[in-house]
Amino acid sequence: MSGYAGVGTIPRLAHTGRVTQARVALSEWTKLRSLRSTRWSLFAAVLLTIGFPVLFAFVTSSHWGSMSPSERADRHPLDIALAGVNVSQLAVAVLGVLVITGEYSTGMIRASFSAVPKRLPVLWAKTLVFAAVTLVLMVPSVLAAFYASQAILSRHHILQTSMSHPGVARSVVGGAVYVVLVGVFALGLGAIVRNTAGGIATFAGIFFVIPPLMNVLPASWNTAISKYLPSEAARQLFSLTHDSSSLSPLWGGLLFAAYCAVVIALAAVLLLRRDT
Amino acid sequence: MIEAAALTKDYGDKRAVDDLSLTVRPGIVTGFLGPNGSGKSTTMRLILGLDAPTAGNVTVNGKHYRDHAAPLHEVGALLEARSLHGGRSAYDHLLALAQTHGIGRSRVDELIDLVGLREVARKRAGKFSLGMGQRLGIASALLGDPSTVMLDEPVNGLDPEGIHWMRNLLKGLAAEGRTVFVSSHLMSEMALTADHLIVIGRGRKIADMTTDEFVSQASGNVVRVRTPQAAELEAQLAGPDVTVKPLERELLEVRGLTARQVGELAAAKQIVLHELTPQQASLEEAFMTLTRDDVEFKAAEPEEAVV
Repeated sequence: MSGYAGVGTIPRLAHTGRVTQARVALSEWTKLRSLRSTRWSLFAAVLLTIGFPVLFAFVTSSHWGSMSPSERADRHPLDIALAGVNVSQLAVAVLGVLVITGEYSTGMIRASFSAVPKRLPVLWAKTLVFAAVTLVLMVPSVLAAFYASQAILSRHHILQTSMSHPGVARSVVGGAVYVVLVGVFALGLGAIVRNTAGGIATFAGIFFVIPPLMNVLPASWNTAISKYLPSEAARQLFSLTHDSSSLSPLWGGLLFAAYCAVVIALAAVLLLRRDT
Repeated sequence: MIEAAALTKDYGDKRAVDDLSLTVRPGIVTGFLGPNGSGKSTTMRLILGLDAPTAGNVTVNGKHYRDHAAPLHEVGALLEARSLHGGRSAYDHLLALAQTHGIGRSRVDELIDLVGLREVARKRAGKFSLGMGQRLGIASALLGDPSTVMLDEPVNGLDPEGIHWMRNLLKGLAAEGRTVFVSSHLMSEMALTADHLIVIGRGRKIADMTTDEFVSQASGNVVRVRTPQAAELEAQLAGPDVTVKPLERELLEVRGLTARQVGELAAAKQIVLHELTPQQASLEEAFMTLTRDDVEFKAAEPEEAVV
């Protein structure tokens, strides 16, 4: 390391612009793309989304001959095509938490809020950029998962469906939207908790711990409450069958979007009130 | 121009900044001095709006920092605590900050060259040495061509060449008419750069004056006396507020009396003097004298609550 420039050469800046929401969004895009954790998490999400359906399609094809009729009847092509969504949601949720908690754990948040002291534009930009990036990656991923698993199954002439069947296109695209919203939900939790481990634990608690706990409740309570849980409401986006114990895809999706909005709004209020 | 009025900040039941009023003017380097944990960093966070004051008010160029349309053009800050993501390269770090204000890539390159980080600009900043991290912090601070530059302990971790560069940088920034506000716990460093000093201890302002005034006020009366009748003089000078310390066989250091008082007393008692010299205390001594109580108090206290 050498070479400080001579002093007296501190260059003046011809023009300094004001902070705008669009500029903060561009800045957040730079932050997101310049970290390894982003690349790895998103790579994992894409790989899992496509990889699991391909794997399950192969396994199902090769075992089809030895399956009982009832077992065959249990298999559904969409369960295979969307098998990766349940796994990739984890990678995206962890990244969602990290997008904000990574700034707190490293101290970057002080630089971010010094540049944008109004703070809220940072939260909006993070949410928007993260949602856009995951959406752009997840939609092609679920489509690839669907067509790849169908192509493998079609060689054995089993479990064929098509995008034109009722509910299929909605379920497939719904799988991508599900992952994106889960990521946004996790980002909001991260902004509230401001700690990576705490953020991931909170997410896991809401999505994976609370739902099974409902089974302890009396059955009537369980059916009345469970469908309104964030995880259950969100799942309707990509589940093909719906009955009285579940919300419709539209209402489930809207309810989970509302949960996301509440979490982000709470994060926004706390962001303005808390010291950094 | 930074103006704080009755600024107070509590963390729980610990008061970090206590009724602090100060004005930092453009065109000069203002040193912000205090022992570790005296509230310097907290004050700077309050100026930037990173923490909200419990009471009082602070503005930069007449407005709250958060109300400026282009904050990085108003204040460029280097905080003591690390403020960057170690997984990101120096270049991307600066670029992300620049983009919030629509500042272009050429400016980022310019600053990387200014602080001498060209060779490592694309490497992850987490691998940087303390000094390199500090220089990256300076580059971030100067990115928006700010009218006020606020640096928290900027020479920490710099090599001698870097310290020299920093001194000249600070003076150069002030000469350009900028407001330069630099904190340090090292008085000697400030003596070489600061024109004006604000000293705090336990969150309260202890002194606010030019560096010259500070030295003359805080040094107290110290006089060196050379006399062949040292023992005799020592006996004559003894008093409740006077301390006499023999330095050599015929040399005494007298505290608590002026050279004039010592001279007159010696003449009255017919004691021969070979030398009578008022001593100027070093800045470090002056600083320690001023903040002694606060340091002593600090030693019995837990660390400053940092959020």
